[in-house]
Parts: sequence; structure tokens; C-alpha cells
Amino acid sequence: MSPVKTEERHPMEHMLRADRLPHIWCPTCGIGTAVKCFTEAVERTGIDLDHIAIVSGIGCTGRVAGYVKLDSYHTTHGRAIPFATGLKLANPDLKVVVFSGDGDLAAIGGNHLVHAARRNMDITVICVNNFIYGMTGGQVAPTTPGTANTSTTPWGAYEPPFNLPLLLESCGACYVARWTALHVRRLTKSMTEALGRRGFSFVEIITPCSTLYARRNRLGTGHDLMKYYHDNSEIQHGADTRTVGIDYQGKIICGKFVDRERPTWQDLTDAQHYRTLGDKYYRAEFAKAQEEAKSHAQA
Amino acid sequence: MVRADPKRVLTGAHYLDGDHACTEGALAAGCNFIAGYPITPSTEVVERYAQRIPSVGGTFIQMEDEIASITAVLGATWGGAKAMTVTSGPGFSLMMENIGLGVMLETPCVVVNVQRGGPSTGLPTMVGQADIMQARWGSHGDYEIIAVAPQSPQEAFELTFEAFNLAERYRTPVMVMLDECVGHMTEKVVIPAADTLELVPRRLTEKPIGEYLPYQPREDLIPEMAHAGMGHRYHITGLTHDERGYPVMAADVQDKLVRRLCDKIRNATDDIVMLEEDGLDGAEVVVISFGITSRVAKAAVAGARKQGLPVGGLRFRTIWPFPERRIRELAGRVKAFVVPEINYGQLALEVERCAAGRAATVMLPHMGGDVHDPAVIQQAIEEAVR
Repeated sequence: MSPVKTEERHPMEHMLRADRLPHIWCPTCGIGTAVKCFTEAVERTGIDLDHIAIVSGIGCTGRVAGYVKLDSYHTTHGRAIPFATGLKLANPDLKVVVFSGDGDLAAIGGNHLVHAARRNMDITVICVNNFIYGMTGGQVAPTTPGTANTSTTPWGAYEPPFNLPLLLESCGACYVARWTALHVRRLTKSMTEALGRRGFSFVEIITPCSTLYARRNRLGTGHDLMKYYHDNSEIQHGADTRTVGIDYQGKIICGKFVDRERPTWQDLTDAQHYRTLGDKYYRAEFAKAQEEAKSHAQA
Repeated sequence: MVRADPKRVLTGAHYLDGDHACTEGALAAGCNFIAGYPITPSTEVVERYAQRIPSVGGTFIQMEDEIASITAVLGATWGGAKAMTVTSGPGFSLMMENIGLGVMLETPCVVVNVQRGGPSTGLPTMVGQADIMQARWGSHGDYEIIAVAPQSPQEAFELTFEAFNLAERYRTPVMVMLDECVGHMTEKVVIPAADTLELVPRRLTEKPIGEYLPYQPREDLIPEMAHAGMGHRYHITGLTHDERGYPVMAADVQDKLVRRLCDKIRNATDDIVMLEEDGLDGAEVVVISFGITSRVAKAAVAGARKQGLPVGGLRFRTIWPFPERRIRELAGRVKAFVVPEINYGQLALEVERCAAGRAATVMLPHMGGDVHDPAVIQQAIEEAVR
């Protein structure tokens, strides 16, 4: 019997840079899952692939921009959000997505994260949170829970970590959700919703880092981490974000926590300048149409 | 040929300070995006922009810091804007990493630094010219940069306008090195008619989809650009990259890339350099200066000439790339260079390097807070002639 020749293609190949594979991520890393869910979400939204751009910072997740076949920008450590801000304001027709890690977004880029949410910049931020700095070899992150062992907390971590959904909600994000890399179906749905929102949307994905986080803490393999997610995740849509902080090997509250409408930075800029300058404002027609649509909706 | 948009050009004679003239230069050049953060003595540039831009057309955003400001400028440029950021010493320091990203991604944009006294917080409201080497070397790694240095509000208009053209022509961040004196001095500024102002258009690719390579250089070593949304779905990175824009961690790719980034500017030095020469024929001593110091130097040169001394003036309207060829030529036939500057000899050491012992270099440093006394420069000229 002659062997059957099969050629399996990745279902999302058209959105990936196949010429860059294999990727740099370790076996069992959760970033690949996040990327797969993202590409599916993009497809579901029906966004024209020529009109979506993706921006990453530095780190393991920072490499995402390099594997997705969209206009994609791999920038400096922590600065994906301001780069995305410029991109969006220069071309408001673009859907702009920031795809980066917890260290990049919440430590070195923390200032930009909170201000972009406050301004309600019309971008989607996808934050892969593996509780550790992976690319540099396993150092403590602002998300490292409890007393986890990292290379810079060899006797266990002790700083309190960020509760990212609480932070983002209090800063003004329009959409905040959290899933683990195990929740591929719900994660994809949340990403689809986030991409469809006007304003600042934020999706946190708890992902395994078996090479560093799990090994240093003797938590087993990637499979064991997925088992942990399975046994300890609890879906609580609309949960009070004050209650969703993550303790070491503790419960992971998942779900859609925030879904609200607020005027975006551009909306507010247009409204204020139209109100004060009238037809002299260069986007007066646009602002007028927005205002009419608003009063129409109210009526 | 592309001309400036009359709607953006405030044609006529005005009474403006250097900061406001800088804003007008940017507007005339088509700058439609500024991200900035308040810092003395540069804030007037963005204040005027924020005032003007809603009716002229474009975006101003005050970011959370200078790091965000420069990075938003890079993003805006890749989104299709002509973008600029404005700062002073401490903010300039914060911008350095992402100026390097601008160089690496080959992003045409403008960075204005209205220099004050340093280091650190230094003299926020008083003059300095001590960021010259920071403009050249402030970001890590090897690269070349372009920097202009206006000496008057009129030149703040002209050279900011020109900075945008240089940025587009060479696809690189260009520095406008104003100083507090020029920034805050108010003088007559004549803004010409829009149809006399020529713009260098962005070098956007016309390649069909699928054939565009973001870093494939043309003959002049400069690649064509594509904005987000044009359909090329390209990738660019601050990592060492090949012509596709893909990261490659290899010495040969690094060699090719860094050489090209530097050589695209080095090879064009003679086209970029702008010097103003004053009576160099027969001069035995040449006073080299830039920015506000050039105006003090002018008085000193005039005073020395009254005494019958053979002295000439050489004013740098561009500081980087350094006019090595011209300094070498002059070093072969003059006795000495006198270099007054409001720092501890940053430009003087560069002049000395090019003079290579064939002419003396007289360092005339002033640490900032005010300008030189012209008598000090004149005395240095007298001593150098002797």
C-alpha cells in the first residue's frame, strides 16, 4: 500500500506569514493559541484585512506582529500603545490592535496603558499574561502572583500584582474581558466583541509559560497548567472587578467584566471643536453628522 | 513638483517669536500631526499648533510623556501623517530610544529641541546649546542624523520647513536644534507665498500588491514607503531586518543594514549641509558658530575687522551631518578656527578632529544661562591672529 500523501494547511494560513515559520515560541506556550483565536476573531468581524493594523512591543508576545499577515509593527519595549495611538489618529479608518505581553503593557508601558484607557482611544489591546518575563529568562512581572519563584525573586515574589481588569475598568476602558488559553471558544468570542467595539477595549489572556514560570515553580508541564485552568477557572460575567485579582495557583475569574459606551478621544475632540469653532472646524461636517445621529438616537 | 497648501501658509510679514515661527514652518510644510508634552522653553510651539490646527486641519494630542509623544509621531507617520514632536533637554533625553526606532524603521519625521541649560533639569528658562552631541549620538547603536540650527525666528520658520523636506528626502528623523534665546526672541518673520514653497513628497511605493519590500533600497540607498491601509500588509521591526522587513539575527544582515542607514546620509552630506560663509577669502582666522551664538559671533567678527584683522565667519545652518570636507579645506589655508558655543566644546572638538592639526582650534565654551560677551570672542580672534 502506498502512503497517502496529505498536505495539511493551517486554517488561518492566509492571515499568517507562513514564510516566517517556524515561530520562536516554546512548545505548550499559550501565545500561539491567542494568535489563532485572534485570527479567527478578525475573520468573524469581516474587517477588510487591508484596513487592520497590529502593533506589538517587545517580549515573547511582542513577536506576534511578526507572524500575522497584516500591516504589522514591532516597536520598542512598552511603546506599542502610543505607536498605535499615532497610527489610529493619522488614519481613523484603520482598526488598530495592540498585541503584547503583561510586562510590556503593564510595567514599562503602564503609563500608556492607563492614559489610552482614560482617553478612550479607539484601539483594541490584547494582553497575553503569563505572569512572568519570558523572553529575558523568567524575571518577576507586575502580574506575578503571590510568592511565585522567578529568577529575580529566587526566594519567592512579594510585591502585590496588578489586577488588570480592575485597573482598566477604573481608567475608563469600554470593554474588559479575561479568559485563559484553555477557553478558546469564549476567548475568540470576546476578541470578536472587542474588535467590534468603538473605544478602548481590553482582553486579558492567562497563558501557560511552561519553560520558565511552570518549571521554576514545579507546576508541571503545559498540560498541567491547562488542567489548572480547567479546575480553577470560574466564569463570572459582569463580576465586580475588585474581586478578580489572581492569587498564586488560586482561582481565575474569567468572563466579560465591562461592556459600556463612552465617547472616544476623536468623538470628544470633534464635539468640542465643533461646539467652539462651528464650521471653521475642519471636521465640522463629520462632527455635525455625529451630533445629528446622536440626537436622532435619543429621539 | 508639489507646492505648499495656501490654507496652511500664513503668508505675510509677522512679528513672531522663534517658537511660533517654528509652528508656522511646520504648518507650511504640511505637518498635520503633533504629539507633545509641555516643557519649557518649547511649549509655545505646540500651544500655537493647538490653537491653529482645528481650523487648518490636523491633529494635536498632548501625550502622557515625551516617550509617548515621539512614539505617537512614528505611528502617525506610518499611518500617513506628516508628524513632528517638540521638546527641550529632559524630554529630548526621554525620546532617545524611539528616535533610534525612527532611524531603524526609516520614519520621516521632525523632532524640535528648544535647548536650555543642562545637565538634568538645569536651567529651564535659560539658554544652552549643549545637546548637539546628544542629537548626534543620543540613541544607542550606529546611525547618522540630520540636524538644523536656526539663528532667528525667520530661520526657525525656514529651517523647520526644510527639516520636513530633508526628513522625506532621506527617510529619517530630522532634528531642529533651536535654543531658548532664538525660541523666545521676537522678530520680523516674512512668510512667503505658498506657491513659492516647494515640498518634497513622501516616497510612497507604486509597486503592485505582493511585490513591495519595505527595505529594498533604491539607488540612493533609500527605500520606498507604504502606509498602513495601502494593502501591502507589510511587517516592520526595530530588530535588525532584511529587505522584507523580517528580523534576521545575523552579522551579515546587520552589516548591510547599518552601513546603508549610515551611508544614505553620509553619501549625501554635500547635498544636506547648509553653511553661511562670511568673508572667508583671505581670512586667517575663521569663527565657527551656530544658533544664537552666531549672532554674537557676527558682532565680534565685525569688531575684529574694524581693527583690520583678517577674520571670516562660518555659520552652520545644519550641524549634522558635519561639514567635514569644508573644514578640511579651510584647515589647509587658515591659521585657526575660533569656536564659541554655549557648551563645553562639543562642536569645537569636532572641528579639531577635522582640522587634524593643520589649523589651530580655539575652544570658546560658555556654560549657558546667557550668551557670550562679544568682547570675549573678539579677544580670542585677536589672540588667534597673532
